[in-house]
Amino acid sequence: MINLHEQKKSLRPQTARLWAAVFLLLGVLLGTFDAPQYWNFLMDKASVRSGVPIFSYLKFRGPILFPYRLGLDIQGGAHLVYQADLSNVSTPDYADSMDAVRDVIERRVNLFGVSEPVVQVEKSHPVFLGEARPEGAAGSDWRLIVELAGVKDISAAIRLIGDTPYLEFKEERLEQERNEILEEQKKTGEFREDPYFMPTPLTGRHLKRANLDFDQTTFQPQISLELTEEGAKIFAELTKKNVGKQLAIYLDGAPISAPVVREEITEGRAQITGNFTPQSAKEFVGRLNAGALPVPIRLIAQQTVQPSLGQESLLRSLNAGIIGFLAVAIFMIFWYRLPGILAVLALLFYITIVLAIFKLIPVTLTAAGIAGFILSVGMAVDANVLIFERLKEELRAGKILSEAIQEGFGRAWTSIRDSNASSLITSAILYWLGTSVVQGFALTLGIGILVSMFSAISVTRTLLIAMLARRFEKTRFLFINGISR
Amino acid sequence: MLNITGHKYIFLTISGVLVLASFSAIAIWGFKPGIDFTGGSLLEVEFKEQRPEVSEIRKTLKDLDLGNIIIQPTGEKGEILRFKHIDENTHQGILKALPGASEKRFDTIGPTIGKELRQRSVLALVLASLAIVLYIAFAFRKISKLVSSWKYGITAIIALLHDVLIPTGVFSALGHFRGVEVDTLFITALLTILGFSVHDTIVVFDRIRENLRKLKIPEPYEVTVNRSVNDTIARSINTSLTVLLVLLAVMILGGETTKYFVLALILGIIFGTYSSIFVASPLLVIWNNLTKRV
Repeated sequence: MINLHEQKKSLRPQTARLWAAVFLLLGVLLGTFDAPQYWNFLMDKASVRSGVPIFSYLKFRGPILFPYRLGLDIQGGAHLVYQADLSNVSTPDYADSMDAVRDVIERRVNLFGVSEPVVQVEKSHPVFLGEARPEGAAGSDWRLIVELAGVKDISAAIRLIGDTPYLEFKEERLEQERNEILEEQKKTGEFREDPYFMPTPLTGRHLKRANLDFDQTTFQPQISLELTEEGAKIFAELTKKNVGKQLAIYLDGAPISAPVVREEITEGRAQITGNFTPQSAKEFVGRLNAGALPVPIRLIAQQTVQPSLGQESLLRSLNAGIIGFLAVAIFMIFWYRLPGILAVLALLFYITIVLAIFKLIPVTLTAAGIAGFILSVGMAVDANVLIFERLKEELRAGKILSEAIQEGFGRAWTSIRDSNASSLITSAILYWLGTSVVQGFALTLGIGILVSMFSAISVTRTLLIAMLARRFEKTRFLFINGISR
Repeated sequence: MLNITGHKYIFLTISGVLVLASFSAIAIWGFKPGIDFTGGSLLEVEFKEQRPEVSEIRKTLKDLDLGNIIIQPTGEKGEILRFKHIDENTHQGILKALPGASEKRFDTIGPTIGKELRQRSVLALVLASLAIVLYIAFAFRKISKLVSSWKYGITAIIALLHDVLIPTGVFSALGHFRGVEVDTLFITALLTILGFSVHDTIVVFDRIRENLRKLKIPEPYEVTVNRSVNDTIARSINTSLTVLLVLLAVMILGGETTKYFVLALILGIIFGTYSSIFVASPLLVIWNNLTKRV
């Protein structure tokens, strides 16, 4: 951290003026980067006016444009949360299963042509403060988050994701078990378990490929399944165990076929014949290939925003930001006069840096995030205010201008550092514990605070020193505010 | 020079009354939790033509088994419907049943997530407060023999509680009278207020520290504190003013979704500034007086 108390070598006004020029140039460059559309507009105008076409080649195009990444509530889109039911999976396989689900859904999602879809596995952190864990909590704390920004038809997307087929192989229950369950059902009238078939470890995870064939003699459509190596092993065991018995194949919880096993099958291939029409068989195969879900998922939360509402939101936020900035600028200039003008310039520079950072990282801008940024603009002024107040004090204490500036900065720095630290701590906590909307806010606020600390210390100070000159000594009144106390 | 510590009992009483009022508001009226915390659905639609009567909408949706539907008009042609958590098919069913309406946004949240969010929020608030106490105690550890550094931390937290409780009380009242909801954004606002208010308080404490260090002739603690507060008052008010200007712009001109969020921030900053000047320092003085060896 810069310790200004120890700085013996102080900045000379000439050097400061050089730096000021650098800042100005940098500011313009960054500003152009932040909002290339204005540059493009200028170039267009220039090429039309001068008749020299070269200008139109100097425009920003394509990836150099670096668009801002906009959150769902601004772009429009859907945020979906799916709960995965891992009750049939053994604990060490949880992570793998979730990754497999993630891959399948991602493949599906990529079909929508959404730019940068987000498909993430999330383990929820239930903090059951003193309450009993609700039933079925074990094996069901894994979630899948799907974010589709800018997707056109949200309900079609949900349907497509939800329709990813869930394939299961089930074997016959022992007679005793079957009777027990049937008894149970008669008693309670509830239908909880399938009395005829019980689940096996063989599921859609083990499917390598599905193909549509037609039987040579009957011309009936057939679905042939090719299993993975692991699947083939399990399948071999199952078929060996169940020779002469039925092995049921379930798709999305409904049985589609229950052929009798004739012999042990070791090559990991299975054929499903049944009452399929060629159309439905083709559909099945398509769905199975697009990815059979290894684990069933259920949509437990959905947040969708239409792009029109998002646009509105964005425009209003921008408007608010501009007006807010103007209000602050007017206040600063009125109250602090010359230093106020410098602070406004420093603030502009600050804004261009922060926006550039938002573009580069990139930071997803949500409505709350933009509010956070605007808030940090207001707070950025704070550091400057601290410095100016100190400055006034030192001047009133009779110091000459250059000394006053040095002293002012030194004293103010500890205040700035300590007070911003607390805001940074809360930003960090917000980021860690929040949902994506809250994280957006925490990030913009945090970045804003960090950059504001930097810009107050370096930029404002440099600009102030740059203003040092013999003649300004006489016009000290410019540095003391209009309303004297 | 304003005599702030001299009137400390007056200021603390005002704060005390406000805190008590907020506390009662919360105890009596509670909050209106948003669907973030309770689970449920929110559907915002805009009608292309005339906005139908509420009773008509209810009748149309009767067969969809949505339970109790709360309908709120918004803007000129829009309605916001709130009901229980539903699945996608029901969602499409609603849209089909209301052909003249186009969907603006739709949220449906299951109960598990709601509970999780509630707990996480409480956790966040507790953690943040702890972190801040520790930070202040650390930052002010070498301050003086007169008042130990822990007292600064704890006083700051009391001031913070004040800053957080009063806006919460206001929102409790708003929830009761205007149906304004408390959601994750509100919690975010509270956490931001925590951060910012401490910011303010630290500036005052920092000044106290500096003035104590610079003392050439010993003087009563109260006098030093009063002087420090006076020194920093201009800065506190100016900073808060700039932030308020900016936030007011956002609240008035900004989008609907952030309006109450920003209101919470504004309240927090107003009371935060008030507490840094009129609550934190007087408390320090009183504490000092109580623990002074006569």
